[in-house]
Amino acid sequence: MNTASFALARALPPIVGFALFIAAAIAVEGLLRLGVINRFIVPLPSEVAASFGRLFAEEHLLARFLTTCRECLYAMALLTILGIGAGAVLHRMPLLRRACETPIAALASAPIVLMYPLFLVVFGRSATTIVVMGLIAGLPPVILKTIEGLSGTRRVLINVGRSFNLTPRQMFVKVMFPAAVPTIFVGLRLGLIFALINIVGVEFLINFGGLGQLINDLAERYDLAGMYAAISFVVLVSVLFFVITERIERWFSQAA
Amino acid sequence: MHSRPTAGLQGEHILAVEGLTKRFLTRDGALLAVERVSFGVKPGEFLSVIGPSGCGKSTLFNVIGGLTGGYEGSVTVAGETVNGPHPAIGMIFQEESTFPWRTVLENVCFPLELVNMPKAQRHEKARHFISLVGLDGFEQRYPAELSGGMRQRVAMARTLVSEPRILLMDEPFAALDEQTRLLLGDKVLQIQQQLKQTTLLITHNITEAVQLSDRILVMTYRPGRVKRIVDIKLPRPRTSEIVGSAEFGLAVAAVWNDLREEASRGMRESENAARAERKT
Repeated sequence: MNTASFALARALPPIVGFALFIAAAIAVEGLLRLGVINRFIVPLPSEVAASFGRLFAEEHLLARFLTTCRECLYAMALLTILGIGAGAVLHRMPLLRRACETPIAALASAPIVLMYPLFLVVFGRSATTIVVMGLIAGLPPVILKTIEGLSGTRRVLINVGRSFNLTPRQMFVKVMFPAAVPTIFVGLRLGLIFALINIVGVEFLINFGGLGQLINDLAERYDLAGMYAAISFVVLVSVLFFVITERIERWFSQAA
Repeated sequence: MHSRPTAGLQGEHILAVEGLTKRFLTRDGALLAVERVSFGVKPGEFLSVIGPSGCGKSTLFNVIGGLTGGYEGSVTVAGETVNGPHPAIGMIFQEESTFPWRTVLENVCFPLELVNMPKAQRHEKARHFISLVGLDGFEQRYPAELSGGMRQRVAMARTLVSEPRILLMDEPFAALDEQTRLLLGDKVLQIQQQLKQTTLLITHNITEAVQLSDRILVMTYRPGRVKRIVDIKLPRPRTSEIVGSAEFGLAVAAVWNDLREEASRGMRESENAARAERKT
């Protein structure tokens, strides 16, 4: 494969993805104009696209986007440190692990977002409440996947480490952790999804912060086109963090 | 690592196994895996241990490699008792054991990183051993981009780069096809001749054992005991071409004669055990 065809092979999937997105938008536009879908529920994609300029100028969309990104970044950093740390500790302590694994798994399916009044009392109507709620929602998958990844290290790789007389620290850093990285990153991505849902949800509920608050404001004004445009920026946050975690995973795998 | 002077098989042997007995606790009670196994390996010698499935070959590998404790008898390397993984013993495992997150070069550099060898020096040394196993040009590839035989050669280079006095291999080519196995056998012979590497190979493959070894230790079916040690008097240096010779056929037949009875007993007992399990 020469350089040009290699570059084309790399660029083709996003081009096809974008083309499919445009085709879907055109299809929805057509169905709305034909009256198949109710225009009072779903705005015209062309109106959504046209509203971006207004949102940037009047609603400070970029600042809101960056606020949500910042909250996600804090939550992600805390998820990485606390989630992987807790998972590693639980992996080392089998009794504690057996005692905690089920409650942690149960926490993953609990509707934590409904506990926002409690967090408002503790942290006030602030970004801290939003980040902490995102963090708590995202922790279970990170902890559980870290345990799963470390426990799933193939016996033969541990034996290779033992045959080279690795210390417990070397065994963790050079063998077990790198072997667990793909599974841990599955947990981090899941955790980030849960965190983002909760961050935007709490912003919406307490009418504070970034995109969630903006969506709330626009919904109350019945600005459907603006609301859908703001929601598309929530998707953009998700895509952005997905790409970041993918890059970090690749870097981690190569650095180990 | 404690060392103590011992007598008996040591002396001319760099590796000595004396009166080794190992039991495992199972739900059906204690299982005697190997019993009173004694043998020695001389410096530069290639000794293979062969036996039917279930004769305790892998137990022997794990005990000599220091991965399994709780046995009776002794394992010594140059007079030093093995109580855990010994720096003089390099191990190559049956299963795929390369680190998938490291390139070939990084895999082979692994033991050198542990001793904090400077980067340039460890790369130079690693490249030498990569070349020795015939993987020049593949330094920057990841294991997923290589065939099973190439991955086993990476594992071999990673072990050899730490320059162990004894190379301990547990059926390293078991998962490979026959042609690859013969060609890799050539590679092992070439390396062994070049490095004068003392090697202990655990295998169940008779042709592989005859192709590579100076002596073959035949084990009995469970509990694993030493049935006989067969001297392979084929000339060295050898290549896989030797498999077509009459002498090779005679050596294979001699080992098979010793092994056939044990293999049949192993098969019979496995079938009886399976029948008994079905009844319960």
